[in-house]
Amino acid sequence: MLLALPMVLSSYLVTVFVLIFFYAYLGQAWNIVGGYAGQLSAGHAAFVGVGAYAAAVLSLSAGLTPWVGMFVGGTVAAVLGGFIGFLGFRFGLRGFYFVLLTVAFAEMCRIVANNLEWIGGAVGLYITFTGNPWQFQFQDSRAYYYIALGLMVAATAVAAAIERRRFGVYLSAIREDEGAAEAVGVPTFRYKMFAMIVSSFLTGVGGTFYAFYLFSLQPNTVFGIPLSVEIIIRPIVGGAGTLFGPIVGSFILSPLAELTRFYFAAGGGWAGVHLIVYGVLLVVVVLFFPQGAVPWLRRLLRTQA
Amino acid sequence: MAEGLRAEQVRLPAPQGLILDPVLVVQAVVSGLLFGGVYSLMAIGLTLIFGVMRVVNFAHGDLMVWAMYLAWLGATRFGVDPYVGFVGAAAILFVAGFAIQRQLVDRIVDAPHEMQILLMLGVALVLENTALVAFGPEPQRVRTPLTQAALWLGPVFVDVGRLVTFAVAIALTLALSLFLYRSDIGRQMRAVADNGYGAQVIGTDVRRISALAFAVGAACVGAAGALVAPLLPFQPPTGLQLSVTSFNIVIIGGMGSLLGAFMGGLLVSVAESLGAVFLNPSMKELVSFALLVVILLVRPAGLFGRRAI
Repeated sequence: MLLALPMVLSSYLVTVFVLIFFYAYLGQAWNIVGGYAGQLSAGHAAFVGVGAYAAAVLSLSAGLTPWVGMFVGGTVAAVLGGFIGFLGFRFGLRGFYFVLLTVAFAEMCRIVANNLEWIGGAVGLYITFTGNPWQFQFQDSRAYYYIALGLMVAATAVAAAIERRRFGVYLSAIREDEGAAEAVGVPTFRYKMFAMIVSSFLTGVGGTFYAFYLFSLQPNTVFGIPLSVEIIIRPIVGGAGTLFGPIVGSFILSPLAELTRFYFAAGGGWAGVHLIVYGVLLVVVVLFFPQGAVPWLRRLLRTQA
Repeated sequence: MAEGLRAEQVRLPAPQGLILDPVLVVQAVVSGLLFGGVYSLMAIGLTLIFGVMRVVNFAHGDLMVWAMYLAWLGATRFGVDPYVGFVGAAAILFVAGFAIQRQLVDRIVDAPHEMQILLMLGVALVLENTALVAFGPEPQRVRTPLTQAALWLGPVFVDVGRLVTFAVAIALTLALSLFLYRSDIGRQMRAVADNGYGAQVIGTDVRRISALAFAVGAACVGAAGALVAPLLPFQPPTGLQLSVTSFNIVIIGGMGSLLGAFMGGLLVSVAESLGAVFLNPSMKELVSFALLVVILLVRPAGLFGRRAI
């Protein structure tokens, strides 16, 4: 059904669906480490940014096609993720060290990118539109629709594969009670690292899509905390650590974000409103629906049946 | 955050490569140290909240920015000098902190850590963006006669505003440690921080102490914000930067350690001040991040942390 949808949608609605799929993809990537493993990363924008910059710089300066560059970007992001994980997970440091580190590293990347002139400094990078598919550019916006859909499906397949294997069971054990998991012989450090590396790799690949969909990259947007919040909030609202949580969350929130941006940002001076809405939403979800929408929907369906 | 700028204003020679001009180094250390009192006060607030409740206050920097705006409102609307107005800012934030603890954090004290962090992240988003809607994105600065004055100690320039800020911040830190080590409520706070369950068993009202600890922590950051308002141009996103700086300081000093937060604040401020002189001023935060990474590699419990947490 989703495959045929672009045939009947207006181009604006196609854009909305691209955003839904893309943020569901990023949310699913986050979900692997933040949901299943319960290691809250509040700085996932760092991986989007690193992946985006790697692919864009390689494309602009060396002419490397983003189709290859996205894997380079993903790899660079995975290395960064591995380093953050190594610092944060060592010596049985408690979870909040990891949270603070992810935020600190995202900020650090932002400052570095703002100061490196050869990657555009504070002005950022601009990609000229050529419409060449080899350069990840398409005349028809429906191409982005299918790519974003493909990304979302691929990340969900990865999450499903993890969920069904020993890997996923270990991650849930770590989330529920790390001490107990360790005691029964789960190599917690190694599995947290795996989760972090897979998650940051996928997020870095998403960065390439981000860069070549928007044609521009600015350090303050691509590494900024608002993007990290966009990534976190969808799986949290949908249900962190569930397979369909990020997707449900994105179907709820992406159109909502688009609407608030449309109504408030257009008026000028109301730029912060949609983030206030997000903040209130986070507080409400944490206080009243800490498990998110998916477990709630599942219970609802069960009582109906 | 304007250390680099200030060094230029006093006509100090620009660094040529890596030649270390001793005057320049001393100048950077002095202005960093004087600025550090505020960092210490801010980090003590964070570490107090963390120590008693094991809650990472993600909204810490945003509370501080609100205190800066309160000082700014006081100065521009009512003509209250921020060096007097900080008392009011601290009082208002005391109430706000008490309310945040009672209304929000208290409901999920038993929930996993991530939930509390998400909750505070939500509060931070609301605070930052309400400031954005209310005051706009333009950087503000509070003017007071003191920031125009300067002293010269030999070749070293001492900004009087900075000196007063430092003195008040240190006085408040001392008062706070007296409170924590000598008063009954302070002792109870330390007891809850040490062992919440044990404190409850011997009859401490943990909920009340937690709310008071959050309130005192918020008042610290409120005073710090109002005191730094004349020195540091601020805008709503400054809150996040200050939160991240406070996280760095408490990890470097040792999570939950008051002495660590105090020394860490001075250390990070001096490091940033040196970084602003010898690197690009906008890259000064990188120095404290580098310090953070080194500390986590070498001594993850922090400089003054008693044990690895």
